[in-house]
Amino acid sequence: MDFTFLQSPTIIQISGWIMAILTLLIFSFLYKDNPFYKFAEHLFVGVSAGYGVVIVYNNVIVPNLVTPVMNGRAYYLIFGVLGVMMLFKLSRKLHWISRWPLAYVVGAFAGIQIIAYGQSDLITQIRATIQPLWVAGDPVATLSNWLIVFGVLAGILYFFFSKKQTGALGVVTKIGIWFLMISFGASFGYTVMGRISLAIGRFQDLLEFPVISTIVLLIIIAVLVVHTIMTREPVAEE
Amino acid sequence: MKHVLRVSGILLLPVLLQAANGNPPGPFFDYLRLNVFLAVIVMAALLIYFFQRIKKNPESIFVRRIPGIDAIEEAVGRATEMGRPVLYVPGIEDITEIQTIASMLILGKVAETVARYKTTILVPCRIPFVMTVAEEMVRQAFYNVGMPEDHRPENISFISDEQFAYTAGVNGIMLREKPAANIMLGRFFAESLILSETGFQSGAIQVAGTAEVTQLPFFIAACDYTLIGEELFAASAYLSRDAKLLSNLKATDYYKVLIVGIIVVGSILATFGYDWLPRMLTIH
Repeated sequence: MDFTFLQSPTIIQISGWIMAILTLLIFSFLYKDNPFYKFAEHLFVGVSAGYGVVIVYNNVIVPNLVTPVMNGRAYYLIFGVLGVMMLFKLSRKLHWISRWPLAYVVGAFAGIQIIAYGQSDLITQIRATIQPLWVAGDPVATLSNWLIVFGVLAGILYFFFSKKQTGALGVVTKIGIWFLMISFGASFGYTVMGRISLAIGRFQDLLEFPVISTIVLLIIIAVLVVHTIMTREPVAEE
Repeated sequence: MKHVLRVSGILLLPVLLQAANGNPPGPFFDYLRLNVFLAVIVMAALLIYFFQRIKKNPESIFVRRIPGIDAIEEAVGRATEMGRPVLYVPGIEDITEIQTIASMLILGKVAETVARYKTTILVPCRIPFVMTVAEEMVRQAFYNVGMPEDHRPENISFISDEQFAYTAGVNGIMLREKPAANIMLGRFFAESLILSETGFQSGAIQVAGTAEVTQLPFFIAACDYTLIGEELFAASAYLSRDAKLLSNLKATDYYKVLIVGIIVVGSILATFGYDWLPRMLTIH
């Protein structure tokens, strides 16, 4: 099917309007939960669920089942059967059949992950933490290495669950949680900065369609004001 | 004999599949990854040792108090008192993610508490596979406490596999179903702050936990209790006192002591110019 008409200026203009309208409907949540937000939320969930089905069919089922089987690799049907077994979940009597593919996937991936985590999250991290504690002629590097080594050790000991965090261990774990909190603070600031950039990007998108954005914004404000006045509960007399 | 056959079958399966694909089988053992193999073997040995010890004397095992985990029962109790549901969000990753598996184990224990208190639990899921596992865990939990008739499968729902559509759906549940307790355990990404902030506004008591370092600050800022990193994995053992999970917790604890030792010795050696330990730990 030919979809080139979607590139026409009129369609692009209409898409921009829909984007602006839906963005403002979602932003209306900043006031409180309201019918505009509910509409946008339900539309988003519904559209993405339908879109997801198509994506899964085209990106998972076709390349991983249909194409290999058509090319003569019949053993791929084993995995297709495992997928079909999942559907037995819908039966009250036979739902136990769906546990077999579940067990296969959980077991297989737990095994695969052991090696992947062993490599990337364990050995590589230990190696990166081993640092010389004295760098001749470079006090900054020396201090930095001490911070890395001691910070990691204190952080690891915070997650030691076999002993109460009292005495010397308590002191070290307290330092460990300080290290963690400082890193979380830095991460918090960094991420908030990223989110603000996203919000600015959204506002810039809205400014590309100033007329429709202003009209929709005014309509939303007017309806919410009327709705709030009409649904306001009378103040009880004392 | 049965076990030998099973293990042989499992080991041969990848070779057979490779042969069926027309590829020559690769080397059976990759010596460049000997360090990873040794790391896994040490962990396995610790696991077996602690499992045998816990089986003999389960009472001898001490696990320190973790406030975030104790708060889960408090949150369920509060929901019961208020006559409102408990919302359990298992993160947004698939069941292949270790944090989701940990979350499912905790869900089983939370659902048992919910069943005992005769409260409602809502579990919205992003991944269909996770929904199936969550449904099994909750169903089993209701069976375990002898109340299978109270289980409502429709409360474990699939929302959408699109990240922010799922987030919008969970926000909707928080605002309209008004759960008294939000428990968010698993792997989260950019939706962590949106969810925890909405939960905070709805007035629910919130317990969150993830090993995702970039998202932990948001949970710490917006939730009442947060399980940081490995506390999420310790939670299932702490709650269930199951021998297998406890042996896992103990083994990882002593593995950490070993890691601390390697780092200290390695750093001292590196200070004096010996770098053979870091070289042994290099991944090729």
